Amino acid sequence: MRPRTKLIAIVVTMAVLLGLNQVVEYGFGEFQVNPYYARIINLVGINITLAVSLNLINGLAGQFSIGHAGFMAVGGYAATYLTVYHGQELAGLAGTTLATGLGASVAMAFSLLVGACAAAAAGLAVGIPSLRLKGDYLAIVTLGFSEIIRVVILNIPAVGGATGFTDAIPITNFFWIFAMAILAIVVVRNIASSTFGRALAAIRGDEIAAEAMGVRTTRYKVLAFVISAAFAGVAGGLSGQLFANPLNPQNLNFVKSIEVIVMIVLGGIGSTTGAVFGATALTILPEALRPVDRQFPGLRMVIYALVLILLMIFRPQGVFGRRELGWQWLRVRRSR
Amino acid sequence: MSVSLTTPVWKRGLLFVAGASILSLGVACERRPATGGDTADTGEIVIGMYGSLTGDGASFGQSSREATELAVDEVNTAGGILGGRKFKLLVEDDQSKPDEAASAVTKLITQDKAVAILGEVASRRSLAAAPIAQRYAVPMITPSSTNERVTEVGDYIFRVCFIDPFQGEVLAKFAVNDLKAKKAAVLKDIQQDYSVGLTDSITRSFAALGGQVLDPVSYSSGDGDFRAVLTQIRSQKPDVVFVTGYYPEAAIIARQARELGMNMPLLGGDGWVGDALQNGREALNNTYISNHYSGDNPDPVVQNFVTTYTARFKREPDAIAALAYDAVKVLADAMTRANSTDGPKVRDALAKTDVAGVTGRLKINAKRNMEKPAVIQEVTFKDGKVKFVYKTTINP
Amino acid sequence: MQTFLQQTINGLSLGAIYALIALGYTMVYGVLRLINFAHGDVYMLGAFAGYFLANALQLDANPSILWAIVVTIGAMAICAVIGILIERLAYRPVRHHSRLTSLITAIGVSLLLEYGGQVVFGATPRFFPQMIRSRTFVLGGVQITNQSLLIILLAVAVMFGLHFIVHRTKIGKAMRATSYNLAVAKLMGINTDRVIAFTFALGSALAAAGGVMVALSIPRIDPLMGLMTGLKAFVAAVLGGIGNIPGAMLGGMLIGLMETALSATAYSTYRDAVAFGVLILILLFRPAGILGTSGTDKV
Repeated sequence: MRPRTKLIAIVVTMAVLLGLNQVVEYGFGEFQVNPYYARIINLVGINITLAVSLNLINGLAGQFSIGHAGFMAVGGYAATYLTVYHGQELAGLAGTTLATGLGASVAMAFSLLVGACAAAAAGLAVGIPSLRLKGDYLAIVTLGFSEIIRVVILNIPAVGGATGFTDAIPITNFFWIFAMAILAIVVVRNIASSTFGRALAAIRGDEIAAEAMGVRTTRYKVLAFVISAAFAGVAGGLSGQLFANPLNPQNLNFVKSIEVIVMIVLGGIGSTTGAVFGATALTILPEALRPVDRQFPGLRMVIYALVLILLMIFRPQGVFGRRELGWQWLRVRRSR
Repeated sequence: MSVSLTTPVWKRGLLFVAGASILSLGVACERRPATGGDTADTGEIVIGMYGSLTGDGASFGQSSREATELAVDEVNTAGGILGGRKFKLLVEDDQSKPDEAASAVTKLITQDKAVAILGEVASRRSLAAAPIAQRYAVPMITPSSTNERVTEVGDYIFRVCFIDPFQGEVLAKFAVNDLKAKKAAVLKDIQQDYSVGLTDSITRSFAALGGQVLDPVSYSSGDGDFRAVLTQIRSQKPDVVFVTGYYPEAAIIARQARELGMNMPLLGGDGWVGDALQNGREALNNTYISNHYSGDNPDPVVQNFVTTYTARFKREPDAIAALAYDAVKVLADAMTRANSTDGPKVRDALAKTDVAGVTGRLKINAKRNMEKPAVIQEVTFKDGKVKFVYKTTINP
Repeated sequence: MQTFLQQTINGLSLGAIYALIALGYTMVYGVLRLINFAHGDVYMLGAFAGYFLANALQLDANPSILWAIVVTIGAMAICAVIGILIERLAYRPVRHHSRLTSLITAIGVSLLLEYGGQVVFGATPRFFPQMIRSRTFVLGGVQITNQSLLIILLAVAVMFGLHFIVHRTKIGKAMRATSYNLAVAKLMGINTDRVIAFTFALGSALAAAGGVMVALSIPRIDPLMGLMTGLKAFVAAVLGGIGNIPGAMLGGMLIGLMETALSATAYSTYRDAVAFGVLILILLFRPAGILGTSGTDKV
């Protein structure tokens, strides 16, 4: 796209998001969006960011990571910590307080930035040792890191410890969630069709051959981890500062990582469209199943597990496989 | 405008996204609910109760549910309130999880349109749900969450029991004065606000009375093996050990402590009151708890409650049940005085509560808590059953 | 000194639990190169099977060593069947897909057992009946219960038993052959499907025995109890050298001792992180494990 077209696209997207934000958060006139559904829409957005970023490591780079919850935790806690302890100062930079939309947005921007950086650092810490490990072992090491992060956070009273970060200030709104989701999608899609993406595809195909062909596997694998972790951190920051959704180490565990994996597996590992689809489906499905879960606690997760197993047996490539839904799809298909 | 083969791709894409968004928003929209005032002036009064009917805290949830149902039935049988309107009780299970508690209360308020919320027993879950009740201006009464932060969430949150700073004092006083303890060890559950708060309070009070408190040792809800931490405690030879968590762990801690040869008195708070405590078996002898009420109190109000409850549910009510019962009565009383179910009016009426209940005089103070005496009970295990035997009362 | 000895005993009892489960992990990985995430949950099912059997026999009121053994064997048999079923229904269809697919399937089975257990048994924890009355022996100021002793003895016995089976029986030979190269083993006339089923059955039975023994000394059981313990047992297997039987025992004991040592300090709440920290270190510096042999990958 030409730079001018890009600029127009960005401005239009921002305008649309702001408009939708106004509707979803505040309603218009006589109408409002049912708070329950608004919440689900917000959760879908957060999960899209998580799934799309995980897809970068697991799908595009072919590295099996089950530690995504750990990155979400690091980024989320760092972001929330900043807002809770320095939010007013940040809002003050714009000459206002946290209570106003502008002040909250400024705080949010800084908060997410810090979250992304913290999570990226964690991604670096995990990515480097992972270089030597393959398949199963890599999976277990990422799991290990994620659990260690969780246990450490559990022991920090300043961020709430076992109770969770209940002091969080709820500045997350529709705009930020979907702005970040769209950013994640754009970034990953651009990576996929770039040299970086080609390198990842080579690594995914056969790492040793790629190395032999001169692809710098080390650098690209670590980079993939770092970018993926950064977005997971952003998702964490958004999640933790959503109303009545405090970050809690008990929730940011192995099971959470698996939930994100199921999302991309369902959609199709390697497909960003698939990740979006999976995230949407698997945020709405558990909510739709909530009445069932009330009757039989745990049934929701049983269905998750069954979905996972059946997918692996009958359609391991998921719904979209490796295919993407792109502008091509909207073009007219000329019949031959 | 018409979409055709010649419409540029980006326009089509935009239309697609726009269409999808409008469709989903359309489904999600609704008319704004009327703010304030009774939306229904007649008919049933919907009140919601959330509790841990399953999971680690199942005993709490079941006791409070039974007692709540009993109290609601009594109010309804007596003709209801506000000119014959009856309570309709909706119960949600939070599975002993704080985020489920939050979503249960959200559902009760936004979907079921409850005008008051009852719950929860565990402070951690009350803390998760209280901000929601506060935001929607729906009064919430917790029957037995004792952590002081619960009512600090906002002016719509009330409780009908004492708070942990007092409970800690009570336990410390008993240990120093009655058990003549000079050195104490504390085991706390870092996952439960109740336990952490109670530990702080005990530590302060015990030290203030001149005793020595060893550094608290932590465990987590769900742990099963405490031998390592107990061995450390044992090596420091305390006179008493405070176990400030909930009953499932307390039972095992008692057993494993005795297996390690630790026979000093163990003390706990009201969190020990749960039927699974009986798994401590003989290890529970020589332990004491602080509690809200004693079932063997000869006062006719108490005995009447015990008899009615036992007849209906085939087991004796515990303190959790007694408090849940009182919570309903307090709510009914407040609504009657406010002559309305409107949130702000009920809130104001609740703030002035002063009635007599099963657990004593129920008077709300300025912080929306109650200052009530605590009882100390000795825990005994005989004939396969746990019994709490009244020992003494300690007044605020 | 007395405290140190006591803590060592505590650590060994804990370690024996991990060792029992690790042995099953290591066997299955050795033969199939599959991390059977569901193994920890079979351990949980063993505890529950024992719970229901013991209650049916009313052992809480009438403890008896003989019936306790019956209950244990019953639980082992039930879980052996479950293990075979899991392999047949979930793992065999994906055996020829990628390793990652198998791993995801294993995770799926694990979740299914955990949450299925919650649906069927309820999430509320239950307390295992005391099949054998607890007795504490005091040796030089150190307290050890008969249940802890039992677990340690059982782990050691199982280790020797497994070693015998794998190295001195025909089926053991078949297992080793399958673990070296499945395709060639098949060509050599070994019924690999049966060997694999046997491996699963054996591993699951061991996990079940572990579950019952543990439930005696840590009486609280709930459907999610296998998750953490299973993960740590897996770490123990890797620590000792995955695929190596004495390694699993060693790894289990080490993890148990380290965790207990940490619990004895002010950092007891970091306990869960110990196992994972150890795992990362081991995989970085000696991926084959303490007793493992490092192989070379042919490209």
